[in-house]
Amino acid sequence: MTNGTRDRDLSGGRIKGVSGLIVTAEGNFSARMFEAVRLGPLGLAGEVVRIRDGEADIRACEDTTGLRVGEDVLFTGELLGVDLGPGLLGGILDGTGRPLRRPGGDGIHMERGRGASALPEDRTWRFVPSVGDGDAVGPGDVLGTVVEGSRFPHLVLFPPNLAGGKVEWIAPGDRTVRECVCRLEGGTEVALSHRRELRVPRPFGVRLPLNRPLLTGQRVLDTLFPLALGGVAALVGGCGTGKTLMQRSLARCCGADVLVWIGCGERGNEITEILEEFSTLTDPRGIPLMERAVLIANTSDMPAAARETGICLGMTVAEYYRDMGYDVVVTIDSVSRWTEAPGEEGFSVSLDSRLSRWCERAGCVETLGQLPRRGSVTLINAVSPAGGDFSEPATQTARRLSGAFWGLDGDLARARHFPAVNCGISCSLYESALSDALIADAGEAWPELTEYLRSALSRERELSGRGYFAGGGELSGEDKWALYHVETLRVVYLRQDIRNAEDARTPLRRSAALLQLLRALDERVKKAMENGLCYDEIVAVSVREDLMGLRDLSEKNFPGEAEGWLSSFSARLSALEENAKAGSSEPESPMAAR
Amino acid sequence: MRLFREGIRAVKGISGPLLFLENVREAGWGELVSIETDSGSRMGQILRARDDICVVQVFDGTMGLGTENTTVWLERDVMRVGVGDCLRGQILSGRGRPLDGANLSGFEAHLPIGGPPINPARRASPGVALETGISSLDLMNTLARGQNLSIVAGPGLPAADLAIRIARQTTVFDRAGAVEDSEFFLVFAAMGITNREANSFMDAFRDGDDIPANGVFLLNTAGDPVAERLLTPRIALTIAEYFAFAKGYDVLVVMTDMLHYCEALREIGAAWGVPGRGYPDGMYSDLAEIYERAGCIAGRRGSVTQLSIVGMPNDDMTHPVVDLSGYLTEGRIVLDRRLHEKGIFPPVDVLSSLSRPMNGCIGRGRTFDSHGALADQLCAACAKAGDLRRLRPAVDDDRLNDVEKRYLLFGERFEKIFLDQKEKRRTLAESENAAWEALSVLPASELYRLPRALRERRLKG
Repeated sequence: MTNGTRDRDLSGGRIKGVSGLIVTAEGNFSARMFEAVRLGPLGLAGEVVRIRDGEADIRACEDTTGLRVGEDVLFTGELLGVDLGPGLLGGILDGTGRPLRRPGGDGIHMERGRGASALPEDRTWRFVPSVGDGDAVGPGDVLGTVVEGSRFPHLVLFPPNLAGGKVEWIAPGDRTVRECVCRLEGGTEVALSHRRELRVPRPFGVRLPLNRPLLTGQRVLDTLFPLALGGVAALVGGCGTGKTLMQRSLARCCGADVLVWIGCGERGNEITEILEEFSTLTDPRGIPLMERAVLIANTSDMPAAARETGICLGMTVAEYYRDMGYDVVVTIDSVSRWTEAPGEEGFSVSLDSRLSRWCERAGCVETLGQLPRRGSVTLINAVSPAGGDFSEPATQTARRLSGAFWGLDGDLARARHFPAVNCGISCSLYESALSDALIADAGEAWPELTEYLRSALSRERELSGRGYFAGGGELSGEDKWALYHVETLRVVYLRQDIRNAEDARTPLRRSAALLQLLRALDERVKKAMENGLCYDEIVAVSVREDLMGLRDLSEKNFPGEAEGWLSSFSARLSALEENAKAGSSEPESPMAAR
Repeated sequence: MRLFREGIRAVKGISGPLLFLENVREAGWGELVSIETDSGSRMGQILRARDDICVVQVFDGTMGLGTENTTVWLERDVMRVGVGDCLRGQILSGRGRPLDGANLSGFEAHLPIGGPPINPARRASPGVALETGISSLDLMNTLARGQNLSIVAGPGLPAADLAIRIARQTTVFDRAGAVEDSEFFLVFAAMGITNREANSFMDAFRDGDDIPANGVFLLNTAGDPVAERLLTPRIALTIAEYFAFAKGYDVLVVMTDMLHYCEALREIGAAWGVPGRGYPDGMYSDLAEIYERAGCIAGRRGSVTQLSIVGMPNDDMTHPVVDLSGYLTEGRIVLDRRLHEKGIFPPVDVLSSLSRPMNGCIGRGRTFDSHGALADQLCAACAKAGDLRRLRPAVDDDRLNDVEKRYLLFGERFEKIFLDQKEKRRTLAESENAAWEALSVLPASELYRLPRALRERRLKG
């Protein structure tokens, strides 16, 4: 879309009314829907959300305190957009795309009205061309590279909204984001950066099937409810169920090339913690996480109207890196704060269509260009249902639009079982498409192992409560063991300790080995019961502590130790079995009676 | 700069706390107005600026105001509060004026009360543990300096007593016991509480007969104008930010009661026809403007720690004010009626309570090595004991096995030994001892969340 073609005389208006974040402008102008607007002497950011009878209603993205009737309104002629280019990674932007780490103000608070590019405008980048004079280039083609951060290869792409042609001039050298890196015959100049409108999805070639897993390092998710690269997950939980901590774990542990974290109407300290954490932690490749992350901060006390722009901004950045051929993960905390954002009475498009449009921007695609790349945007939406009630509309819509639904449970969180994923309500639609990739990673036994875990959990649902309430019917020893062992599976396998570096992130292969050990334990015990051992004798051999110790071992030591432990456990049971045979006339253990 | 004040006499209508004005030129949104009548002057704020009709919210209420003989003066500025050392030890009205009518002088600055959002890139996350002397908090829901925290309590539960205890005896945790200035500067904001409640707070805060000099106290009581209630927390927080970030104090802001604050929001929203079922739709954002004004700033001394009391009507955790406060605050202490009826103080429901910064401020080098594991173990055991306690009325004792009986015993000991500390202040080490004493009734095989060596050492003696 072309910009600035408007007659300048039609770009001005005056403020007729201000009511919170809704500003009404009148005057001789021609406005477009969602056109970016500057309000008053400070130039506060806003967007046109309704036009009628020579008036335009503008939704301000900044606090309007002190804005006066009669002050100027400047219509920019462009939809709200963001500059895309090197320098985004490692940055923190507000919901309208202004960098938050820059000097000025009182050193504490946000400043109003200081519009600024998301990119550092004065630094230079060493541009290395990958095409030559005379080459034909078009949208999506790689013109060259610069290195972002310490070693992130940033591909400089021919922007999607320009017409291609033959390269007349291209040369290596140090360039700022505004400088031209390539000129086509006919005079078209391509700069190191380009501008994209936030609400318009970036074009791509074709959608690809979602058959590569996004491994999260969270055993409960990778095993039972896996997510695909390019997929959409809904992470739903009431307050205090650990949504944010879980998203942070996902961001930290998943193998994404680029992370876009969108804080949407949440706590300021949450963003600060992520900023601190990402700056100190290194990813599995040894690079500080922050060097491949972009944070969008729209905290709860910032104007609600900037929540939507912040979300679209994050997605626009994600699609930009997707087109370089990267796997990008977008986490947003939380979509509820966007869908329920007030201050737009009468203007809100329905929740359903807004969320649909948003979720459909995720995907795995083949990019534009003569040598297309494969890139993906995976979306992890946190949803905060009011009162923890999952039947509310945002949760239900998110559920419909997501391929993976991860429901968090208040009771598990209260017992400090994290991640507090409720296995009874969570689900994933990606599993069958991912099975080949998962088997390749975890081994042939993987489908059996996941099936084993599932059936153990569903057996628990059948049995739970029966021990106390079924009309007089005691649980059999086998059933008691089944319940006992499910709890072991929960505390050892499904629960993960975020404070323990080794346990906080589990590679899939390691998950498989741990689950294998737990299944072997179960089988051994069942055999012992067939051989006459009773439940109380078996649980007297306390195993959970040993298992937790094994779980925390390093990758290298685990297999050997696990095998050693299993055989010593088996030996202890064998000894008990011998005893049981020796005194088989005795009734059940006296402990049971007490 | 305007050299004259503009007076407007065209009052078109009055509804609830709102005044509708005609012919206002260049009204600024959120700006202050003075309203003069025969019987004195009042203050208000522009809620909607428009060239035809302006809506003004009157902080003092509209009783006695008429369309005749009322002049509205535009102040052309937002509401500000004077800050300076002269505020120390002052008792102020809910609008920030000395209650004894004195004229304060020597302000260093006049700051707008609606502070803009703190830039998250300038914050430092709360990472230093506090020692409140209360076991259920220090050990299981550790608080941090710069946290915003709520006490959630149904009617009749001792939220005020707990808030006072925390305000009076909290220190920054320091293993050597050598933190200087570990006392907090206290800012107290009463919103819509009764005079009786306000007096008991003030009595508790007093040093003998004196108002403590390291404190500022704002009182908007139940009989004071409703619209003023919207100003009180903002003024208190502006004062707190001044003492924290300009003067370097660790400031504790105690606010009570957020439920009354939200009722005020509802009343004004309703008068104006703001949509929303019961509470206005913008309540989340409005509350955020208050709760977010806490924290630490990177590279600066001083901090603002918030402790707000949130009344919970009918003990309903899903009540909108309680629910939104839960999402917005970085921690909450939930009080439990069953424990209170058993005479336990403080009656903290440890499982429903939560402190988000806890993980970042405990453990090796901060509090003690296995703090996290011990807290986890206690929570897991409490959850199990609670499940069994709820089952018990329906289940014969002989259906319970030995382990389950021990869990029930643990539940009782936990309440008696660990939770119920009455007036006593416990150091973290004393809290730890109480925890081990309670845990000692459980079989070792159930305590698998704890490191074995530690468990064997602690449970031997």
